[in-house]
Amino acid sequence: MADNINVEISPLSRVEGHGDLILNVRDKKIEKLIFRIPESPRFFEAMLVGKNWDKPSHITSRICGICSVAHTHASIKATEDALGVVPNDTIVKLRRLIMHHETVQSNVLHVYFLAAPDFLGVGSVVPLVETHPEVVNIALRLKKMANDMVRIVGGRAVHPIRTVVGGFTKLPTEEEMYQMKDMLKSTYADLEASVGVFKTLELPAFERETEYISLSNEEEYTHYDGIVKSTDGWEIDPGDYLDRINEKVVQHSTAKHCWASRDSFMVGALSRFNNNHGQLTGKAKEYAQELGLIAPCYNTYMNNIAQFVEVVQSIDDSIKLIDELLEEGMDDSKAMVEVEPKAGRGVGIVEAPRGLLIHDYTYDSNGKIEKANLIIPTGMNYINMEADMNAIVPGIIDKTEDEIRLACEMMIRAYDPCISCSTHFLNVELVNK
Amino acid sequence: MSKPKVGVFGMTGCGGCQLELLNFEDLLLDLVGAVDLVHFTEAITEYSDDYDIALVEGAITTEHCVERIEKIGSIAKIVVAMGSCAVSGGLNCMKNLYGLEKAKDLVYGDKKDWIDSIEVKPVEAYIKVDYHVRGCPINRAEIIDVVRSLIVGRKPEIPNYPVCVECKRNGNTCVYELGKTCAGPVTRAGCDSRCPNSAEGCFGCRGPVDDPNMNAQKDLLAERGLSVEDMLADLNLYNACRGKAIEQK
Repeated sequence: MADNINVEISPLSRVEGHGDLILNVRDKKIEKLIFRIPESPRFFEAMLVGKNWDKPSHITSRICGICSVAHTHASIKATEDALGVVPNDTIVKLRRLIMHHETVQSNVLHVYFLAAPDFLGVGSVVPLVETHPEVVNIALRLKKMANDMVRIVGGRAVHPIRTVVGGFTKLPTEEEMYQMKDMLKSTYADLEASVGVFKTLELPAFERETEYISLSNEEEYTHYDGIVKSTDGWEIDPGDYLDRINEKVVQHSTAKHCWASRDSFMVGALSRFNNNHGQLTGKAKEYAQELGLIAPCYNTYMNNIAQFVEVVQSIDDSIKLIDELLEEGMDDSKAMVEVEPKAGRGVGIVEAPRGLLIHDYTYDSNGKIEKANLIIPTGMNYINMEADMNAIVPGIIDKTEDEIRLACEMMIRAYDPCISCSTHFLNVELVNK
Repeated sequence: MSKPKVGVFGMTGCGGCQLELLNFEDLLLDLVGAVDLVHFTEAITEYSDDYDIALVEGAITTEHCVERIEKIGSIAKIVVAMGSCAVSGGLNCMKNLYGLEKAKDLVYGDKKDWIDSIEVKPVEAYIKVDYHVRGCPINRAEIIDVVRSLIVGRKPEIPNYPVCVECKRNGNTCVYELGKTCAGPVTRAGCDSRCPNSAEGCFGCRGPVDDPNMNAQKDLLAERGLSVEDMLADLNLYNACRGKAIEQK
């Protein structure tokens, strides 16, 4: 085995957006480890200035195709918080429903198409079609179900149309509600079969405890609303996020790095699981145990399994939400509540598939944006990703360069990084502290 | 006939149009069978500099993008600009409208000199584009038709009539009746009027038809007591790069 290794992965594939990894090892010591993100800066915080209150959700949806529903809702919640708009129960339930299915869309895409090829020993989803057609077909059916759910509730699978400040421009019909319920119920056989496949996967046995932060809500395993909770023992209201979540500009880097109680923290499915595992119900709870996902879990690779467990939870909860909505009646008069522009600041926090997503807007008295701040999950995970790689490389330093390369790629991929989202990311170079 | 080699590339955008390709669902396996997918960073590890057809998403907003798009232009026999960002610069053009230097100041402050960011332009500003697939995001039926046409060597049909035609055909209540503005009368169809179908006005993400009837649009706004400014606020979401051209019509 060579003592000196130069690994350069550019571009890192099967992640959303552009990222490069550079790792130099000399005399079996890490000399340089850089996860560089050359994704073009987008300047959304500038684009939002001066925009009327009804536009930001449409604009920020375009930060990321994969998380467009999450950005739409973080944006809507920030605006509603600023303008003092309180949505009714029907609106909130439909929002929870559509958020669930972006989680399903995104988690399925990641677990089955982007991450599973590594664990099943094939290069990507294309050879996977040959070697494991049953896995690909299950994934396609689950994705189609979730896309159709978002299409029905939001009017479109990517960049929803119907979900706006104040509610929905149009509600699903009762017939569509029953149709969605049938679609959801039809997935259980595929979920069961997936457990069979995932049980056979051997995930690297790597553990590094860190701070796990997510939304939390006593009533449900939440993606839409709640307090911000940390495994380091603190809880805050969303509006106070600046008291705990810090952004800093690091030397040699223009990426704004985030930290909370310690050097780094993690957001995403594993953080949600570590904070909210008590809210898992039915099959999701059962499958988590069967797949060895036990809280607290410190193995970053298990983020993939947590994503699958969330798919099951979201499907279960969706059926419950549809039953409640049908019981209460889908009356068009419930679609929208009144919105009046006024001056003020508002914060909207949701759980995007990749973790905590924060939109913070200040409006003038005409309902135009004066200032906007967006903090994106991949930005929050950044330092933690490098900390994980710095922790894993010494233990595998005697392996071949290809094996080290694969382990690092799989580690980054486990976070399901969504680099297009990273509004502040570019040309990051992090030299060992 | 050998399968065409296809590369999918992302410039500056949200990845949503590439995602719509992955959202082919029941047709995804047919697509993988019908073409030789040689480059698609968002989905596969393999990559190649040898392809016949390039599907390009995203606007050109950095020097790095310029290098990459010029290389793609020198390799691909057919270039398809996919989505509003690639076709017209799309939403990214609001950066131009705000002012490039001002935007850098606001977001990156004293670190702004480290930022590679140039005036936003569409793909066609740098290389020859053979087909434009409009929309934010692209419409699945349309991109499927374009890819299928290219495989069999047929010229894809791109509509040159306004969204109103599709909207009427879909039996929607005109969104002007709901008190909202709508760019449907001047915007190129092909989206199956998806926003008005959801009782939301059209923002013109597909850009104007070749010869938009701006006078009729202005009369319509006046009739409803709406201003041209209301309309431009909508149109500028996706058309800021060509906003001046629209204003002059």
